[in-house]
Amino acid sequence: MTSPSQTEQVDPEQAETPDLPVARRQREWLQTPKAAWKLRRTKIGVAFLVFVFVIAIFGPMLAPHSPTEFVGASFQLPSRVATLGTDYLGRDVLSRVLYGGRTTLVLALVATFIGEFFGLLLGLIAAYSRRGVDETVMRLLDVVLAFPAIIFALLIVSVAGPNPWLIVVAVGFTHIPAVARVSRGVALRIVNLDFVKAAEALGMPKLSIMWSEILPNITTPVLVDSGIRFAYSISIIAALSFLGFGLQPPLADWGLMINENRIGISAQPYALLAPILMIAIATIGANLVSDGMSRAIIGLDRKMANQ
Amino acid sequence: MHLARLILQRLALGIGTLFLVSVLIFLATQALPGNAARAILGNTATPEKVAVLSRQLGLDKPVARQYAIWVSHFVSGNLGRSFVGMDQPVSQVIGQPLYNSTVLVVLAALVSVPLSIGLGTYAALRRDGRLDRAVTTSTVALAALPEFVIGILVIIILSTEVLHLFPPIARPNPSVPVYRQLDELVLPVLTLTLAVFPYITRMMRAYTIEILESEYISMARLKGLPERIVIWRHAVPNAIVPAVQGTAMQLAWLAGGIVAVEYVFAYPGIGSALISAITERDIPTIQAITLILASVYVLLNLAADIITILVTPRLRTGLR
Repeated sequence: MTSPSQTEQVDPEQAETPDLPVARRQREWLQTPKAAWKLRRTKIGVAFLVFVFVIAIFGPMLAPHSPTEFVGASFQLPSRVATLGTDYLGRDVLSRVLYGGRTTLVLALVATFIGEFFGLLLGLIAAYSRRGVDETVMRLLDVVLAFPAIIFALLIVSVAGPNPWLIVVAVGFTHIPAVARVSRGVALRIVNLDFVKAAEALGMPKLSIMWSEILPNITTPVLVDSGIRFAYSISIIAALSFLGFGLQPPLADWGLMINENRIGISAQPYALLAPILMIAIATIGANLVSDGMSRAIIGLDRKMANQ
Repeated sequence: MHLARLILQRLALGIGTLFLVSVLIFLATQALPGNAARAILGNTATPEKVAVLSRQLGLDKPVARQYAIWVSHFVSGNLGRSFVGMDQPVSQVIGQPLYNSTVLVVLAALVSVPLSIGLGTYAALRRDGRLDRAVTTSTVALAALPEFVIGILVIIILSTEVLHLFPPIARPNPSVPVYRQLDELVLPVLTLTLAVFPYITRMMRAYTIEILESEYISMARLKGLPERIVIWRHAVPNAIVPAVQGTAMQLAWLAGGIVAVEYVFAYPGIGSALISAITERDIPTIQAITLILASVYVLLNLAADIITILVTPRLRTGLR
């Protein structure tokens, strides 16, 4: 536990103030983000995410042209008219990048939310109902897990056509097994603790025990997990658009831009590099934040064990 | 005896999963009302035409019966006939692509698995050293990138803008053995390697560190064993056991990852075949490819679990 090469020094001040058990439950929410914020990777990750979201929200106001306006010949290198050059139809790449974030980010957020919500629900039910239901739920989820996410999404699209909301549901659905596993794993450690037994002894209904006793204790790991899920959602949704089965032209969307402009890869690489960079910043940012949070949790756990 | 039971249980579970997977694929593609026949003929077809084709395809039979026919044909190697390309058998449509993809994945595995196990172990042994820092930072970034983004970056750097080393499009000549045209495959293999190695490396590093901090390693050191033996005889083999699981999961992930990567390089593999089958609404081919990819995924996970059972002493002796 006291290894000399402990790299993550987490929050030296808080170690001095011993927490009372009652007080700690109140602070649990902020404790982890605070400890995570002390790590450089978290700060970089948050900065990345803020950048991407600022572009997605305010980008359209800053764009010099309309995303569908033709400003020159196709695949022109950067010039005064088009700062990042033009795309395969002669539209302004910069404007399209500024417009193209909303779709992917909104769809990814909704998909992540769907996956987290149902995954959490199933994980909790599985953990709390134990044995029979637990086994059945987890085995059924293994079936969804047997598809690589992109194949599952493609299967849905091949049946129902490229409908954005269907894609969101498909992508969210592929998250459910992983989220359920994580939340079940954490919840299993909690369902047998004394305060749950106490609540049962008091005759509290099962649903309210899950909601008010177990759920607050597993939010942090699930929050950490949602960062990775968000990055995955962006990857899959962008990949679907890139393959031609996601968002459809003439919409400005980062994944779609990569697909449309890839024939011009040697003539006008900026038309590819710009959307690629935005997707990379978004996914790396989400991963860094998630990584920082999980390191902070490990650090806090170690400290508690040392006390 | 105990061991055999564990393995049989796991096998049964794998077969059960495969069964449910096939049901899911079948229901999604064929049993939903009006799908197959309407999909082939398009929205303008008259109901009579749709009804005739439905009968030809066997869509008028009960769903369970259709499924039974489909699965029994599939198991006996009859994948049905493609809707496009003059009724070619599906096995002919996907035969060559399947071979091409296997070559790609095997090459990627041969490069990435030893590389990442070596790199992960080395980083753990020289913890906080320069290489360790470089590995941890670069794997965090690489692991976050979608594989098609890696692929396009690889093309931009190695074949168009910066250097002109390899062809940006990988179309190996089918009549020449693959090993004679490896330069065609360098970029796709590199892309898959870059997509897979971060996970295995990080996992290997984490497990090795955990083991090096454990009590039995301290014990081995305290009793005066040379560090070389402590590391190679006591630490590394134990880290490889959990790494097998992770490696199999990553190779299984390749079953999905190749789709976008093949598309990037226009590589004529199973992923490209799936994309064109979806574009052409060629349902028998879609069914066959998704079922094959899902089976690969299930079987690799199954293999990983069985290997874990075999090499974990705790499970082997029946102690829990």
